[in-house]
Amino acid sequence: MVFSNAFNRFITKSKSLLRYMGGVVTLFIETVFWMFMPPFRKRQILDQMYKVGVSSLPIVFLTSMFTGMVLALQSAHQMQRISAQMYIASLVALSMVRELGPVLTALVIAGRVGASITAELGTMKVTEQIDALETLATNPIKYLVVPRFLALIIMLPLLTIYADFVGMFGGYIVGVFKLHISSNMYLNMTTSPLGIKDLYTGLLKSVVFAIIISIISCYEGFRTSGGAQGVGRSTTLSVVTSFILIIAADCLFTALFYFIGQ
Amino acid sequence: MIDAINLYKKFGDNQVLKGVNLTIDTGITQVIIGRSGCGKSVLLKNIIGLLKPESGQVIIDSRDVTKMTGKALSTLRMTFGMLFQGAALFDSLTVAENVGFNLIEHTDLDSQTIAKRIKEALSLVGLYNIEELMPSELSGGMRKRVGLARAIAMQPKIILYDEPTTGVDPIMADAVNELIIRLHDKLEVTSIVVTHDMVSAYKVGSRIAMLYDGKIVEEGTPDQIRNTSNPIVKQFITGAAEGPITAGESFNQSVLI
Repeated sequence: MVFSNAFNRFITKSKSLLRYMGGVVTLFIETVFWMFMPPFRKRQILDQMYKVGVSSLPIVFLTSMFTGMVLALQSAHQMQRISAQMYIASLVALSMVRELGPVLTALVIAGRVGASITAELGTMKVTEQIDALETLATNPIKYLVVPRFLALIIMLPLLTIYADFVGMFGGYIVGVFKLHISSNMYLNMTTSPLGIKDLYTGLLKSVVFAIIISIISCYEGFRTSGGAQGVGRSTTLSVVTSFILIIAADCLFTALFYFIGQ
Repeated sequence: MIDAINLYKKFGDNQVLKGVNLTIDTGITQVIIGRSGCGKSVLLKNIIGLLKPESGQVIIDSRDVTKMTGKALSTLRMTFGMLFQGAALFDSLTVAENVGFNLIEHTDLDSQTIAKRIKEALSLVGLYNIEELMPSELSGGMRKRVGLARAIAMQPKIILYDEPTTGVDPIMADAVNELIIRLHDKLEVTSIVVTHDMVSAYKVGSRIAMLYDGKIVEEGTPDQIRNTSNPIVKQFITGAAEGPITAGESFNQSVLI
Protein backbone atom coordinates (compact mmCIF):
# COMPACT_ATOMS: atom_id res chain seq x y z
CA MET A 1 0.00 0.00 0.00
CA VAL A 2 2.71 2.42 1.08
CA PHE A 3 4.79 1.28 -1.85
CA SER A 4 1.97 1.82 -4.38
CA ASN A 5 1.27 5.28 -2.96
CA ALA A 6 4.92 6.24 -3.25
CA PHE A 7 4.99 4.82 -6.76
CA ASN A 8 1.90 6.82 -7.76
CA ARG A 9 3.43 9.98 -6.33
CA PHE A 10 6.62 9.26 -8.24
CA ILE A 11 4.64 8.82 -11.49
CA THR A 12 2.69 12.08 -10.91
CA LYS A 13 5.88 14.01 -10.13
CA SER A 14 7.66 12.56 -13.16
CA LYS A 15 4.74 13.48 -15.40
CA SER A 16 4.69 17.07 -14.17
CA LEU A 17 8.48 17.32 -14.55
CA LEU A 18 8.25 16.05 -18.12
CA ARG A 19 5.40 18.49 -18.82
CA TYR A 20 7.51 21.34 -17.39
CA MET A 21 10.52 20.39 -19.51
CA GLY A 22 8.32 20.06 -22.58
CA GLY A 23 6.85 23.50 -21.94
CA VAL A 24 10.27 25.10 -21.51
CA VAL A 25 11.68 23.49 -24.67
CA THR A 26 8.56 24.47 -26.67
CA LEU A 27 8.85 28.07 -25.47
CA PHE A 28 12.52 28.12 -26.47
CA ILE A 29 11.78 26.79 -29.97
CA GLU A 30 8.87 29.22 -30.46
CA THR A 31 11.04 32.11 -29.25
CA VAL A 32 13.79 31.28 -31.75
CA PHE A 33 11.14 30.99 -34.50
CA TRP A 34 9.52 34.35 -33.68
CA MET A 35 12.94 35.99 -33.35
CA PHE A 36 13.36 35.81 -37.12
CA MET A 37 9.84 36.97 -37.97
CA PRO A 38 9.32 40.65 -38.74
CA PRO A 39 8.51 43.20 -37.41
CA PHE A 40 11.70 43.60 -35.35
CA ARG A 41 10.94 45.70 -32.29
CA LYS A 42 14.17 47.66 -32.00
CA ARG A 43 12.88 50.09 -29.40
CA GLN A 44 11.68 47.33 -27.11
CA ILE A 45 14.90 45.34 -27.52
CA LEU A 46 16.97 48.45 -26.69
CA ASP A 47 14.74 49.17 -23.66
CA GLN A 48 15.26 45.65 -22.40
CA MET A 49 19.02 45.81 -23.10
CA TYR A 50 19.17 48.90 -20.94
CA LYS A 51 17.19 47.23 -18.15
CA VAL A 52 19.24 44.01 -18.31
CA GLY A 53 22.66 45.47 -19.01
CA VAL A 54 23.23 49.07 -18.10
CA SER A 55 21.14 48.94 -14.92
CA SER A 56 23.02 45.86 -13.75
CA LEU A 57 26.49 47.43 -14.04
CA PRO A 58 26.75 48.57 -10.38
CA ILE A 59 25.73 45.23 -8.84
CA VAL A 60 27.96 43.24 -11.23
CA PHE A 61 30.82 45.65 -10.42
CA LEU A 62 30.46 45.12 -6.69
CA THR A 63 30.12 41.32 -6.77
CA SER A 64 33.01 40.72 -9.14
CA MET A 65 35.27 43.29 -7.47
CA PHE A 66 34.82 41.66 -4.07
CA THR A 67 35.16 38.17 -5.55
CA GLY A 68 38.47 39.12 -7.19
CA MET A 69 39.73 40.57 -3.92
CA VAL A 70 38.62 37.59 -1.84
CA LEU A 71 40.19 35.16 -4.30
CA ALA A 72 43.51 36.96 -4.03
CA LEU A 73 43.35 37.20 -0.24
CA GLN A 74 42.32 33.57 0.27
CA SER A 75 45.05 32.21 -1.96
CA ALA A 76 47.71 34.60 -0.58
CA HIS A 77 48.22 32.62 2.59
CA GLN A 78 48.81 29.30 0.82
CA MET A 79 50.92 30.82 -1.93
CA GLN A 80 53.10 32.72 0.51
CA ARG A 81 53.98 29.47 2.28
CA ILE A 82 55.52 28.14 -0.91
CA SER A 83 56.79 31.58 -1.97
CA ALA A 84 54.64 31.66 -5.07
CA GLN A 85 52.72 34.90 -4.49
CA MET A 86 53.08 35.97 -8.08
CA TYR A 87 50.86 33.07 -9.17
CA ILE A 88 48.00 34.72 -7.35
CA ALA A 89 47.54 36.92 -10.42
CA SER A 90 47.21 33.89 -12.71
CA LEU A 91 44.87 32.17 -10.30
CA VAL A 92 42.58 35.18 -10.10
CA ALA A 93 42.62 35.71 -13.88
CA LEU A 94 41.89 32.10 -14.79
CA SER A 95 39.23 31.65 -12.11
CA MET A 96 37.45 34.82 -13.12
CA VAL A 97 37.52 34.29 -16.89
CA ARG A 98 36.76 30.59 -16.95
CA GLU A 99 34.41 30.18 -14.07
CA LEU A 100 33.48 32.93 -11.66
CA GLY A 101 32.91 35.71 -14.20
CA PRO A 102 30.25 33.84 -16.20
CA VAL A 103 28.65 32.00 -13.27
CA LEU A 104 28.53 34.87 -10.77
CA THR A 105 27.22 37.32 -13.35
CA ALA A 106 24.55 34.82 -14.45
CA LEU A 107 23.46 34.24 -10.84
CA VAL A 108 23.30 37.96 -10.13
CA ILE A 109 21.30 38.58 -13.32
CA ALA A 110 18.98 35.64 -12.61
CA GLY A 111 18.23 37.21 -9.23
CA ARG A 112 17.90 40.76 -10.48
CA VAL A 113 16.54 40.52 -14.01
CA GLY A 114 15.01 37.02 -14.11
CA ALA A 115 12.94 37.74 -11.02
CA SER A 116 11.70 41.04 -12.42
CA ILE A 117 10.77 39.43 -15.77
CA THR A 118 8.74 36.71 -14.00
CA ALA A 119 7.04 39.22 -11.70
CA GLU A 120 6.16 41.50 -14.63
CA LEU A 121 4.86 38.76 -16.95
CA GLY A 122 3.16 37.00 -14.02
CA THR A 123 1.29 40.17 -13.10
CA MET A 124 0.34 40.63 -16.75
CA LYS A 125 -0.95 37.05 -16.77
CA VAL A 126 -3.11 37.32 -13.66
CA THR A 127 -4.54 40.69 -14.73
CA GLU A 128 -5.46 39.18 -18.14
CA GLN A 129 -3.06 41.47 -20.04
CA ILE A 130 -1.56 38.46 -21.83
CA ASP A 131 -5.07 37.38 -22.91
CA ALA A 132 -5.71 40.96 -24.00
CA LEU A 133 -2.58 40.87 -26.18
CA GLU A 134 -3.87 37.74 -27.89
CA THR A 135 -7.29 39.25 -28.49
CA LEU A 136 -5.46 42.18 -30.10
CA ALA A 137 -4.01 39.64 -32.57
CA THR A 138 -0.50 39.98 -31.10
CA ASN A 139 1.58 36.95 -30.23
CA PRO A 140 2.76 37.25 -26.60
CA ILE A 141 5.96 35.32 -27.34
CA LYS A 142 6.88 37.68 -30.16
CA TYR A 143 5.89 40.79 -28.21
CA LEU A 144 7.15 39.92 -24.72
CA VAL A 145 9.62 37.02 -24.81
CA VAL A 146 11.71 37.78 -27.91
CA PRO A 147 12.93 41.26 -26.78
CA ARG A 148 13.88 39.91 -23.33
CA PHE A 149 15.54 36.84 -24.84
CA LEU A 150 17.63 38.91 -27.28
CA ALA A 151 18.53 41.50 -24.65
CA LEU A 152 19.83 38.80 -22.31
CA ILE A 153 21.75 36.95 -25.03
CA ILE A 154 23.51 40.16 -26.04
CA MET A 155 24.01 41.73 -22.62
CA LEU A 156 24.97 38.77 -20.43
CA PRO A 157 28.22 38.00 -22.36
CA LEU A 158 29.07 41.72 -22.31
CA LEU A 159 28.43 41.89 -18.57
CA THR A 160 30.57 38.77 -18.19
CA ILE A 161 33.53 40.44 -19.94
CA TYR A 162 33.01 43.45 -17.70
CA ALA A 163 32.90 41.19 -14.61
CA ASP A 164 36.11 39.42 -15.72
CA PHE A 165 37.97 42.72 -15.90
CA VAL A 166 36.57 44.10 -12.65
CA GLY A 167 37.40 40.83 -10.85
CA MET A 168 40.96 40.90 -12.12
CA PHE A 169 41.17 44.53 -11.04
CA GLY A 170 40.02 43.51 -7.54
CA GLY A 171 42.79 40.91 -7.45
CA TYR A 172 45.25 43.52 -8.71
CA ILE A 173 44.39 45.91 -5.84
CA VAL A 174 45.02 43.21 -3.23
CA GLY A 175 48.06 41.82 -5.02
CA VAL A 176 49.81 45.13 -5.58
CA PHE A 177 48.79 47.17 -2.55
CA LYS A 178 48.48 44.51 0.12
CA LEU A 179 50.78 41.69 -0.97
CA HIS A 180 53.30 44.06 -2.59
CA ILE A 181 53.66 42.23 -5.87
CA SER A 182 55.00 44.68 -8.43
CA SER A 183 52.42 46.08 -10.79
CA ASN A 184 54.27 44.91 -13.91
CA MET A 185 54.73 41.43 -12.56
CA TYR A 186 51.08 41.20 -11.59
CA LEU A 187 49.87 42.28 -15.04
CA ASN A 188 52.31 39.89 -16.71
CA MET A 189 51.18 36.98 -14.58
CA THR A 190 47.56 37.91 -15.30
CA THR A 191 47.84 37.92 -19.09
CA SER A 192 50.39 35.16 -19.71
CA PRO A 193 48.30 32.11 -18.74
CA LEU A 194 45.13 33.39 -20.42
CA GLY A 195 44.39 31.85 -23.79
CA ILE A 196 41.67 32.77 -26.25
CA LYS A 197 40.02 29.44 -25.42
CA ASP A 198 39.53 30.54 -21.80
CA LEU A 199 37.70 33.62 -22.94
CA TYR A 200 35.41 32.00 -25.47
CA THR A 201 34.48 29.04 -23.27
CA GLY A 202 33.47 31.57 -20.61
CA LEU A 203 31.43 33.55 -23.10
CA LEU A 204 29.83 30.43 -24.56
CA LYS A 205 28.71 29.52 -21.05
CA SER A 206 27.26 32.97 -20.53
CA VAL A 207 25.18 32.65 -23.72
CA VAL A 208 23.76 29.36 -22.44
CA PHE A 209 23.07 30.98 -19.07
CA ALA A 210 21.28 33.85 -20.83
CA ILE A 211 19.02 31.34 -22.61
CA ILE A 212 18.30 29.59 -19.29
CA ILE A 213 17.46 32.84 -17.45
CA SER A 214 15.26 34.32 -20.19
CA ILE A 215 13.29 31.17 -21.02
CA ILE A 216 12.76 30.03 -17.42
CA SER A 217 11.73 33.49 -16.21
CA CYS A 218 9.30 34.01 -19.11
CA TYR A 219 7.90 30.48 -18.81
CA GLU A 220 7.29 30.89 -15.08
CA GLY A 221 5.67 34.26 -15.76
CA PHE A 222 3.34 32.81 -18.37
CA ARG A 223 2.18 29.93 -16.19
CA THR A 224 1.44 32.14 -13.19
CA SER A 225 -2.01 31.81 -11.68
CA GLY A 226 -3.67 32.79 -8.43
CA GLY A 227 -3.19 36.53 -7.95
CA ALA A 228 -0.45 38.21 -5.95
CA GLN A 229 0.44 35.01 -4.11
CA GLY A 230 0.85 33.25 -7.45
CA VAL A 231 3.18 35.96 -8.71
CA GLY A 232 5.33 35.59 -5.58
CA ARG A 233 5.42 31.81 -5.99
CA SER A 234 6.38 32.02 -9.67
CA THR A 235 9.11 34.55 -8.99
CA THR A 236 10.68 32.35 -6.33
CA LEU A 237 10.42 29.28 -8.57
CA SER A 238 11.91 31.18 -11.48
CA VAL A 239 15.00 32.25 -9.51
CA VAL A 240 15.49 28.86 -7.85
CA THR A 241 15.11 26.94 -11.12
CA SER A 242 17.44 29.32 -12.96
CA PHE A 243 20.08 29.00 -10.20
CA ILE A 244 19.98 25.20 -10.29
CA LEU A 245 20.06 25.03 -14.07
CA ILE A 246 22.92 27.56 -14.29
CA ILE A 247 25.07 25.59 -11.85
CA ALA A 248 24.15 22.28 -13.53
CA ALA A 249 24.90 23.66 -17.01
CA ASP A 250 28.18 25.08 -15.73
CA CYS A 251 29.20 21.69 -14.35
CA LEU A 252 28.25 20.01 -17.62
CA PHE A 253 30.17 22.51 -19.76
CA THR A 254 33.25 22.48 -17.55
CA ALA A 255 33.34 18.68 -17.76
CA LEU A 256 32.80 18.84 -21.52
CA PHE A 257 35.59 21.36 -22.10
CA TYR A 258 37.85 19.39 -19.79
CA PHE A 259 37.43 16.21 -21.82
CA ILE A 260 37.62 18.01 -25.16
CA GLY A 261 40.80 19.75 -23.97
CA GLN A 262 42.51 16.47 -23.16
CA MET B 1 -23.95 34.13 -36.60
CA ILE B 2 -22.02 32.59 -33.71
CA ASP B 3 -22.77 28.98 -32.94
CA ALA B 4 -21.37 27.17 -29.90
CA ILE B 5 -21.98 23.45 -30.34
CA ASN B 6 -21.62 20.92 -27.54
CA LEU B 7 -18.64 22.61 -25.85
CA TYR B 8 -16.76 20.70 -23.16
CA LYS B 9 -13.94 22.27 -21.20
CA LYS B 10 -12.21 21.20 -18.01
CA PHE B 11 -9.37 22.47 -15.83
CA GLY B 12 -7.67 19.59 -14.04
CA ASP B 13 -10.50 17.51 -12.61
CA ASN B 14 -12.97 20.39 -12.71
CA GLN B 15 -15.35 19.98 -15.66
CA VAL B 16 -16.46 23.60 -16.24
CA LEU B 17 -18.41 23.33 -19.49
CA LYS B 18 -20.47 20.17 -19.92
CA GLY B 19 -21.95 20.47 -23.38
CA VAL B 20 -22.82 24.12 -23.99
CA ASN B 21 -25.09 24.82 -26.97
CA LEU B 22 -25.83 28.43 -27.85
CA THR B 23 -26.69 30.23 -31.07
CA ILE B 24 -26.18 33.98 -31.25
CA ASP B 25 -27.70 35.80 -34.22
CA THR B 26 -25.84 38.61 -35.94
CA GLY B 27 -26.58 42.08 -34.63
CA ILE B 28 -28.15 41.15 -31.29
CA THR B 29 -26.90 41.67 -27.76
CA GLN B 30 -26.70 38.26 -26.14
CA VAL B 31 -26.36 38.29 -22.37
CA ILE B 32 -25.03 35.20 -20.60
CA ILE B 33 -25.89 35.07 -16.91
CA GLY B 34 -24.81 32.68 -14.20
CA ARG B 35 -23.18 32.50 -10.79
CA SER B 36 -19.57 33.56 -10.24
CA GLY B 37 -17.22 30.78 -11.26
CA CYS B 38 -19.83 28.88 -13.29
CA GLY B 39 -17.77 29.17 -16.49
CA LYS B 40 -19.21 32.26 -18.20
CA SER B 41 -15.78 33.78 -18.82
CA VAL B 42 -14.49 30.37 -19.92
CA LEU B 43 -17.28 30.22 -22.50
CA LEU B 44 -16.37 33.72 -23.71
CA LYS B 45 -12.69 32.78 -24.00
CA ASN B 46 -13.63 29.67 -25.98
CA ILE B 47 -15.60 31.83 -28.40
CA ILE B 48 -12.64 34.11 -29.10
CA GLY B 49 -10.19 31.15 -29.21
CA LEU B 50 -8.19 32.09 -26.09
CA LEU B 51 -9.06 28.67 -24.71
CA LYS B 52 -9.52 25.46 -26.69
CA PRO B 53 -12.33 23.13 -25.66
CA GLU B 54 -11.77 19.38 -25.20
CA SER B 55 -14.59 18.80 -27.64
CA GLY B 56 -17.23 20.79 -29.46
CA GLN B 57 -17.15 23.59 -31.99
CA VAL B 58 -17.50 27.36 -32.15
CA ILE B 59 -18.68 28.32 -35.61
CA ILE B 60 -18.41 31.97 -36.64
CA ASP B 61 -19.44 32.78 -40.21
CA SER B 62 -19.25 29.05 -41.07
CA ARG B 63 -15.67 28.68 -39.82
CA ASP B 64 -14.69 26.65 -36.74
CA VAL B 65 -12.71 28.83 -34.29
CA THR B 66 -11.55 25.82 -32.25
CA LYS B 67 -9.62 24.49 -35.27
CA MET B 68 -8.00 27.83 -36.13
CA THR B 69 -4.37 28.63 -35.36
CA GLY B 70 -1.77 31.25 -36.26
CA LYS B 71 -2.63 33.77 -38.92
CA ALA B 72 -6.24 32.66 -39.45
CA LEU B 73 -6.96 33.12 -35.75
CA SER B 74 -5.20 36.52 -35.72
CA THR B 75 -7.23 37.68 -38.72
CA LEU B 76 -10.44 36.56 -37.04
CA ARG B 77 -9.50 38.33 -33.81
CA MET B 78 -9.15 41.61 -35.69
CA THR B 79 -12.93 41.45 -36.11
CA PHE B 80 -13.39 41.05 -32.35
CA GLY B 81 -13.17 43.54 -29.53
CA MET B 82 -13.03 42.33 -25.97
CA LEU B 83 -13.53 44.20 -22.71
CA PHE B 84 -11.92 42.31 -19.84
CA GLN B 85 -13.25 42.23 -16.29
CA GLY B 86 -10.37 44.32 -14.92
CA ALA B 87 -9.98 46.15 -18.26
CA ALA B 88 -6.52 44.49 -18.72
CA LEU B 89 -4.88 47.70 -19.87
CA PHE B 90 -1.15 47.41 -20.53
CA ASP B 91 0.49 49.05 -17.50
CA SER B 92 3.62 50.08 -19.34
CA LEU B 93 1.80 51.94 -22.14
CA THR B 94 -0.08 55.25 -22.09
CA VAL B 95 -3.83 55.45 -22.64
CA ALA B 96 -3.23 56.45 -26.28
CA GLU B 97 -0.82 53.56 -26.87
CA ASN B 98 -3.33 51.19 -25.27
CA VAL B 99 -6.29 52.38 -27.33
CA GLY B 100 -4.26 52.55 -30.53
CA PHE B 101 -2.41 49.27 -29.90
CA ASN B 102 -3.98 47.40 -32.80
CA LEU B 103 -3.74 50.39 -35.14
CA ILE B 104 -0.03 50.82 -34.36
CA GLU B 105 0.75 47.10 -34.53
CA HIS B 106 -1.37 45.91 -37.41
CA THR B 107 -2.00 48.80 -39.80
CA ASP B 108 0.16 51.05 -41.95
CA LEU B 109 -1.77 54.18 -40.97
CA ASP B 110 0.31 57.32 -40.37
CA SER B 111 0.63 58.67 -36.85
CA GLN B 112 -1.80 61.56 -37.45
CA THR B 113 -4.60 59.22 -38.60
CA ILE B 114 -3.90 56.90 -35.67
CA ALA B 115 -4.06 59.85 -33.23
CA LYS B 116 -7.39 60.86 -34.78
CA ARG B 117 -8.80 57.34 -34.52
CA ILE B 118 -7.67 57.13 -30.86
CA LYS B 119 -9.43 60.43 -30.12
CA GLU B 120 -12.60 59.17 -31.84
CA ALA B 121 -12.60 55.90 -29.91
CA LEU B 122 -12.08 57.72 -26.62
CA SER B 123 -14.81 60.25 -27.37
CA LEU B 124 -17.22 57.38 -28.15
CA VAL B 125 -16.78 56.21 -24.56
CA GLY B 126 -16.98 59.77 -23.26
CA LEU B 127 -13.33 60.40 -22.45
CA TYR B 128 -11.35 63.46 -23.55
CA ASN B 129 -7.74 64.64 -23.18
CA ILE B 130 -6.43 61.67 -21.23
CA GLU B 131 -4.24 60.25 -24.02
CA GLU B 132 -0.96 60.81 -22.22
CA LEU B 133 -2.04 59.41 -18.83
CA MET B 134 -0.82 56.03 -17.63
CA PRO B 135 -3.41 53.35 -16.68
CA SER B 136 -2.35 53.56 -13.02
CA GLU B 137 -3.57 57.17 -12.95
CA LEU B 138 -7.15 56.22 -13.93
CA SER B 139 -10.14 55.36 -11.75
CA GLY B 140 -11.88 51.96 -12.07
CA GLY B 141 -14.68 53.33 -14.25
CA MET B 142 -12.27 55.17 -16.52
CA ARG B 143 -10.13 52.05 -16.93
CA LYS B 144 -13.21 50.12 -18.09
CA ARG B 145 -14.04 52.84 -20.59
CA VAL B 146 -10.46 52.98 -21.89
CA GLY B 147 -10.60 49.17 -22.19
CA LEU B 148 -13.79 49.58 -24.19
CA ALA B 149 -12.19 52.27 -26.38
CA ARG B 150 -9.35 49.84 -27.11
CA ALA B 151 -11.87 47.13 -27.98
CA ILE B 152 -13.70 49.34 -30.50
CA ALA B 153 -10.68 51.12 -32.02
CA MET B 154 -10.39 48.59 -34.86
CA GLN B 155 -14.13 48.86 -35.59
CA PRO B 156 -14.92 45.25 -34.72
CA LYS B 157 -18.01 43.28 -35.78
CA ILE B 158 -18.33 41.44 -32.48
CA ILE B 159 -17.74 42.90 -29.01
CA LEU B 160 -17.33 40.64 -25.99
CA TYR B 161 -17.88 42.07 -22.53
CA ASP B 162 -16.62 40.13 -19.49
CA GLU B 163 -18.49 41.39 -16.42
CA PRO B 164 -18.62 45.02 -17.63
CA THR B 165 -20.41 46.37 -14.53
CA THR B 166 -18.44 44.46 -11.88
CA GLY B 167 -16.29 46.60 -9.63
CA VAL B 168 -17.83 49.98 -10.49
CA ASP B 169 -20.39 51.99 -8.54
CA PRO B 170 -24.11 51.73 -9.53
CA ILE B 171 -24.08 55.07 -11.34
CA MET B 172 -20.99 54.15 -13.34
CA ALA B 173 -22.53 50.69 -13.92
CA ASP B 174 -25.57 52.34 -15.52
CA ALA B 175 -23.29 54.57 -17.60
CA VAL B 176 -21.49 51.44 -18.82
CA ASN B 177 -24.85 49.85 -19.69
CA GLU B 178 -25.84 52.96 -21.66
CA LEU B 179 -22.48 52.80 -23.40
CA ILE B 180 -23.01 49.16 -24.40
CA ILE B 181 -26.42 50.05 -25.88
CA ARG B 182 -25.07 53.15 -27.63
CA LEU B 183 -22.08 51.34 -29.14
CA HIS B 184 -24.32 48.49 -30.23
CA ASP B 185 -26.63 50.86 -32.08
CA LYS B 186 -23.91 53.10 -33.48
CA LEU B 187 -21.40 50.46 -34.59
CA GLU B 188 -24.06 47.86 -35.52
CA VAL B 189 -22.15 45.06 -33.82
CA THR B 190 -23.03 41.73 -32.29
CA SER B 191 -22.44 41.96 -28.55
CA ILE B 192 -21.97 39.17 -26.05
CA VAL B 193 -22.21 40.29 -22.44
CA VAL B 194 -21.27 37.99 -19.59
CA THR B 195 -22.64 39.20 -16.27
CA HIS B 196 -24.31 38.27 -13.01
CA ASP B 197 -25.81 41.76 -12.67
CA MET B 198 -29.52 41.30 -13.52
CA VAL B 199 -30.16 45.05 -13.83
CA SER B 200 -27.53 45.17 -16.54
CA ALA B 201 -28.77 41.94 -18.16
CA TYR B 202 -32.35 43.24 -18.53
CA LYS B 203 -31.19 46.64 -19.70
CA VAL B 204 -28.73 45.69 -22.45
CA GLY B 205 -29.85 42.23 -23.54
CA SER B 206 -31.87 41.40 -26.64
CA ARG B 207 -31.65 37.79 -25.48
CA ILE B 208 -30.54 36.24 -22.21
CA ALA B 209 -29.10 32.76 -21.66
CA MET B 210 -28.40 31.22 -18.29
CA LEU B 211 -25.36 29.01 -17.75
CA TYR B 212 -25.70 26.57 -14.88
CA ASP B 213 -23.72 23.44 -14.07
CA GLY B 214 -21.79 23.69 -17.33
CA LYS B 215 -24.85 23.90 -19.57
CA ILE B 216 -27.25 26.52 -20.92
CA VAL B 217 -30.40 25.82 -18.89
CA GLU B 218 -32.61 28.55 -20.36
CA GLU B 219 -32.48 30.97 -23.28
CA GLY B 220 -34.95 33.63 -24.33
CA THR B 221 -35.88 37.30 -24.45
CA PRO B 222 -35.59 39.34 -21.24
CA ASP B 223 -39.38 39.05 -20.78
CA GLN B 224 -39.33 35.28 -21.20
CA ILE B 225 -36.53 35.03 -18.64
CA ARG B 226 -38.37 37.33 -16.24
CA ASN B 227 -41.49 35.11 -16.41
CA THR B 228 -39.68 31.79 -16.44
CA SER B 229 -41.02 28.73 -14.69
CA ASN B 230 -37.57 27.14 -14.40
CA PRO B 231 -36.84 27.11 -10.63
CA ILE B 232 -33.07 27.43 -11.16
CA VAL B 233 -33.41 30.56 -13.31
CA LYS B 234 -36.10 31.91 -10.99
CA GLN B 235 -33.83 31.63 -7.96
CA PHE B 236 -30.95 33.32 -9.79
CA ILE B 237 -32.89 36.29 -11.20
CA THR B 238 -34.65 36.98 -7.93
CA GLY B 239 -31.42 36.53 -5.99
CA ALA B 240 -32.98 34.17 -3.42
CA ALA B 241 -30.58 32.49 -1.00
CA GLU B 242 -32.76 29.39 -0.76
CA GLY B 243 -33.56 27.31 -3.80
CA PRO B 244 -32.40 24.52 -6.10
CA ILE B 245 -29.05 26.22 -6.91
CA THR B 246 -28.00 26.46 -3.27
CA ALA B 247 -29.68 23.25 -2.05
CA GLY B 248 -26.36 21.58 -1.07
CA GLU B 249 -24.91 24.79 0.30
CA SER B 250 -27.82 25.56 2.67
CA PHE B 251 -27.50 22.03 4.04
CA ASN B 252 -23.82 22.71 4.76
CA GLN B 253 -24.71 25.99 6.44
CA SER B 254 -27.23 24.34 8.76
CA VAL B 255 -24.61 21.79 9.73
CA LEU B 256 -22.18 24.61 10.52
CA ILE B 257 -24.72 26.44 12.66
